Amino acid sequence: MRIFDPHIHMTSRTTDDYEAMYDAGVRAVVEPAFWLGQPRTSVGSFVDYFDALLGWERFRAAQFGITHHATIALNPKEANDPRCLGVLDLLPRYLEKDGVVAVGEVGFDSMTDAEETVMVRQLELAGEHDLPVMVHTPHRDKVAGTRRTLEIVGQVGLPPERVLVDHLNENTIDLVDDAGCWAGFSVYPDTKMDERRMVAILDRRGLDRVLVNSAADWGRSDPLKTWRTGRTMLAGGYTDDDVDRVLWRNPVAFYGQSGRLLLDDVATAGDYEGNTLQRGEPVTAAATAGEEG
Amino acid sequence: MRPDIDAKLLFDTAREGRVAPLLEEVRGDPSALGRVFARAARVVGRGVGPGGGRVEDVARVRLLVAACETVGPDAAAGVVAGQYARGDADERRAVLLALADLDGLGVGDAAVPVILDALRTNDTRLVAAAMGPYAAAHLPADAWRHGVLKCLFTGVPLTAVADLDARRDAELDRMVRAFADERRAAGRDVPEDAVRLLATIR
Repeated sequence: MRIFDPHIHMTSRTTDDYEAMYDAGVRAVVEPAFWLGQPRTSVGSFVDYFDALLGWERFRAAQFGITHHATIALNPKEANDPRCLGVLDLLPRYLEKDGVVAVGEVGFDSMTDAEETVMVRQLELAGEHDLPVMVHTPHRDKVAGTRRTLEIVGQVGLPPERVLVDHLNENTIDLVDDAGCWAGFSVYPDTKMDERRMVAILDRRGLDRVLVNSAADWGRSDPLKTWRTGRTMLAGGYTDDDVDRVLWRNPVAFYGQSGRLLLDDVATAGDYEGNTLQRGEPVTAAATAGEEG
Repeated sequence: MRPDIDAKLLFDTAREGRVAPLLEEVRGDPSALGRVFARAARVVGRGVGPGGGRVEDVARVRLLVAACETVGPDAAAGVVAGQYARGDADERRAVLLALADLDGLGVGDAAVPVILDALRTNDTRLVAAAMGPYAAAHLPADAWRHGVLKCLFTGVPLTAVADLDARRDAELDRMVRAFADERRAAGRDVPEDAVRLLATIR
């Protein structure tokens, strides 16, 4: 099973996770910029965060044979803090970088006016930088938030096939399918979706325009939920090719619209021993690069 | 090991055709460097290129040299510092690799902080690129010695260190010996590069 986790927050995860993910077949990930649990109070914090996503985290992932991409945005929660709004002026710099495969996570948290203003501006930026968009749907009042999100996407005029609406469930999937956007599902230990419900949704609406992710972060979550969903699909009668479509070809198709995927080495090598020092793989090290702490 | 990347390297005709408009854009408007630098790999290509270095590195080195030539010696150091600060890790590596070429364009010692920043990271791509000819020529002795030790510590081959034989001194030898002693005391392997260095103490 080869796996592309289209939404996982690796800065919150350990090297044990990277090893387990590689062993399970994960070869590529997308890490969306998001809220870190502790609210940030200055634009400078975001500069270092975005740089870490495109720098250290990509390097760290490469040491474990995993190609790391990112999506960049001001997340909905912090869009409500005026001290963070300067991040919007930083985004054009980051939205030009290699490996930045979408604008995201944008969307609603509490559905405030500030959130809507920031979302609209970032949807426009996606058009200006020729990038797809990853939209986060709110944890609270999810159906209303999803409906309003889709209205705004329509008003801004982004092609629906370039929009991924994430954290969906049984109550919101039909809205997104009807709009023609990509549907994202976060499979979690005890919130959002689980593997069994995920497969039931696939049974009902098919394998088109659907992405399954672990969305693993600093909360209780499991970076192998993509793999577990693949196993559940196989147990439910799906073929290896079906699983490959959902867990690899679909994310490649969606994020490939950016023209920024960095999968050359994955496609040609498979194992990471063949990479070069300049790609950031482990060299025959006296110590690993992380050891100095 | 250390690819000889410099701004005089040329690509094949197809890639030369793709890099030419980027160079023209930067020469016409050096403030466009940031955007052009970011997309250089997507436009020109990736992978092994002329001189044994990577295509995207060579392209970016040429772009940075073109920008520095255009702005002139008084502003070149600012262009280098700005591009490093705004770059992702690949772009920063290219800035580091370009420094040897920029020495004659008015940068002087002004890029030493960029080298020191790279040596504070644990990113072996940056550490390796930092210890090139510019570091050998401009880094103060203490920082340069710690750079060599950092290479040993993070597994960067010492072939990445320019002018190692010329700059090594008794203090570096002492530091490497102490590093090897610490590794042995812990029952761990001593990197072959450290063994080789210690075998040639004069």
